[in-house]
Amino acid sequence: MMASISNAISALWPEPLRLVLFLVGMLCFVGLNAAYLVWVERKGAGRFQRRPGPTEVGWAGLLQPIADAIKLMSKQLIVPAGVDSTLFRGAPLLMMSPAMMSLAVIPFGEHLAARNINVGLLMIFAFGSINVMAIMLGGWSSRNKYAIISAARVVSQNVAYEIPMLLVVITMIMVTGTMNLNEIVLQQAGAFWHWNFFKVWVNPLMPVTFLIFFICMLAETNRAPFDMTEAESELVAGAYTEYSGMGFGVFFMAEYANILLGCALATVLFLGGWQSPIGILPGVFWFLVKMYFLIFSVVWIRWTFPRTQFYGLLNLSWEILIPVSLFTLILSSAMMKLFPS
Amino acid sequence: MKHSLKEIATGFNSLVTGMRITIGQFFKPIVTVQYPHESLKMPERFRGHIELVRDPETGKAICFACKLCERACPSDCITVEGAKLEGAKKKSVTQYVLDFTKCSLCGSCVEACRDGAIRYSHEYNLASTNKEDYIMDLFKRLESERLEAERLAGSPKAEVHSPKVEAPRPEPKASDQPSTANSQPPTASR
Repeated sequence: MMASISNAISALWPEPLRLVLFLVGMLCFVGLNAAYLVWVERKGAGRFQRRPGPTEVGWAGLLQPIADAIKLMSKQLIVPAGVDSTLFRGAPLLMMSPAMMSLAVIPFGEHLAARNINVGLLMIFAFGSINVMAIMLGGWSSRNKYAIISAARVVSQNVAYEIPMLLVVITMIMVTGTMNLNEIVLQQAGAFWHWNFFKVWVNPLMPVTFLIFFICMLAETNRAPFDMTEAESELVAGAYTEYSGMGFGVFFMAEYANILLGCALATVLFLGGWQSPIGILPGVFWFLVKMYFLIFSVVWIRWTFPRTQFYGLLNLSWEILIPVSLFTLILSSAMMKLFPS
Repeated sequence: MKHSLKEIATGFNSLVTGMRITIGQFFKPIVTVQYPHESLKMPERFRGHIELVRDPETGKAICFACKLCERACPSDCITVEGAKLEGAKKKSVTQYVLDFTKCSLCGSCVEACRDGAIRYSHEYNLASTNKEDYIMDLFKRLESERLEAERLAGSPKAEVHSPKVEAPRPEPKASDQPSTANSQPPTASR
C-alpha cells in the first residue's frame, strides 16, 4: 500500500516536491522513534527487572516522552565559562544530523526510499563516522576532565570497532556485488532462507558475520555493554557531563536515532529488508517488524550484560572480532572463487 | 588457536545463557508494589509510632493517665493529662500528646505501661512538610476514630450533623471534658 502511495506521489509530483515530502516524513519518523524508543527502553528495562516501567503519564506511560521533552526544553541551556561555545553548541547537531541523513538511502519498501543511490552503503559509513567526531568535539569542548577522558575513549573504541564492521561490510559487498541497498534487498527475495543471514552456501560463517556486525553496531552507537563513553560510575555522564536541557536531549535522541539506523542497516544487509518471508502483507510492515525486533534485542542486551572493562572491550575487538571478520572475508572470497554461482 | 576458540565458545555460551534468563524474567509477572496506589500491609510486630489502645468493652481508651510512659520517655516527647470524671473510679486520659519530632521509637513507653494501654501503630505514611503534623494528640485521634466508626455504623442524624456537634451525644457525661479538648488545636497548650 505504502509502495503504491509513493508510486502515485512520484508519478503526480515532480522530484523536488517528492524530496520535500520524504524530508518531512524522515524527520517525523526519526523524531518520533527517538522519543518513543526512550519509552521502549524504559518499559523494557522495567519488564526485565520485573517492574512495570513508566505508568503515570498517559495510558501505560505513553505520554512520558512528551513530558520528558517539555521538561528538557524548559531547562536553561548552560554554556559553562571558558568552553569553546561554537563546538559546544554544534556537537549535538553534528551527532543528530548524520543519522537523519543516512536514513535517506535506507529502503523502507520497494519504492520507499528517499534516495535510491548506487553507493548507499558507502554513504552510510561515510556519515556514520561523523558521530564519533561529534562526541569527541562535545567532550573536548566541555572543558571538563571526565568529558575529555570520555572523548579519548570514544575515539579508541570507535577506531577499534570500525575495522571489523567495515571488514564485514566488505564481505557483504563481495557477496552481493553492489552497494545499492535496494539492490541488496532485491537479491534476498523469496522465503527466509534466501536472506543473507541464512546463506551458508555462499559463506558458511554468515550468521557469525551478522553477529560481528551487530556487536560492532552496539559498540559504534556506544550502547551497553560498550557504553564506555558515558560510564556513569566512573565518568559522571562522560562527554555529556556539561550538557543541560535540550543540548543533552539532542545527544540522547541522537543515540536512539543511531540505534535505529544501525538496526535498519542490519535488517537490509542480513534480514532481507522489506522482503516478506511468507509473501503476504506489504514490505514496509516486514521491514519495521524486523527492525524493531533488532531494536528490542539491543534493549534486551543492555539490560542483561554489565558494562565491560575498557581493555576487555578493546581486546574483544582486536583479538576476536578483527581476526574472525578477516577470516570470513578470506573464506567468502575463496568460496566465490571455488564455487562461482 | 584451539584454546582461544574454546574461550570464544564458552564466552558466547554464557552470553546466550544470560539472555535466556532475562527474557524469561521479561514475561513473568511484575513483583513491585505500586506505592501510592497500593501499599503493603505492615507485619504484626511493626514498630511505628505509639497509639492508645481501646478497651473493647467501653470503646474508650484503657489509659488512666498514670504518667509512667511520660517518665519512661528518654526524649521527653510524651505529655499526658488526665482528669477524674464524675462517678468513675479511676482517672481517665484527656490529652495524650506525642511529639514525634523528638521520638526515637525506643519503645520504653510501651515497656513501662503496665496496663497495655499503648502499643505500636502500623502507620508509616508520615511524610509532611509541616512540623506541626508530627505533634499529635493521640487521645483526640482515638476519639475521632471512634466517632468516625459510629458515623459509619450509622445513625442517620450523625451523618447530617458534624462530628463535633455529635461528640457529646453518645455518652454525654464522659465526653464533656474531651470535647472541649477536641475543640482546641492539639499544639495550643504547648
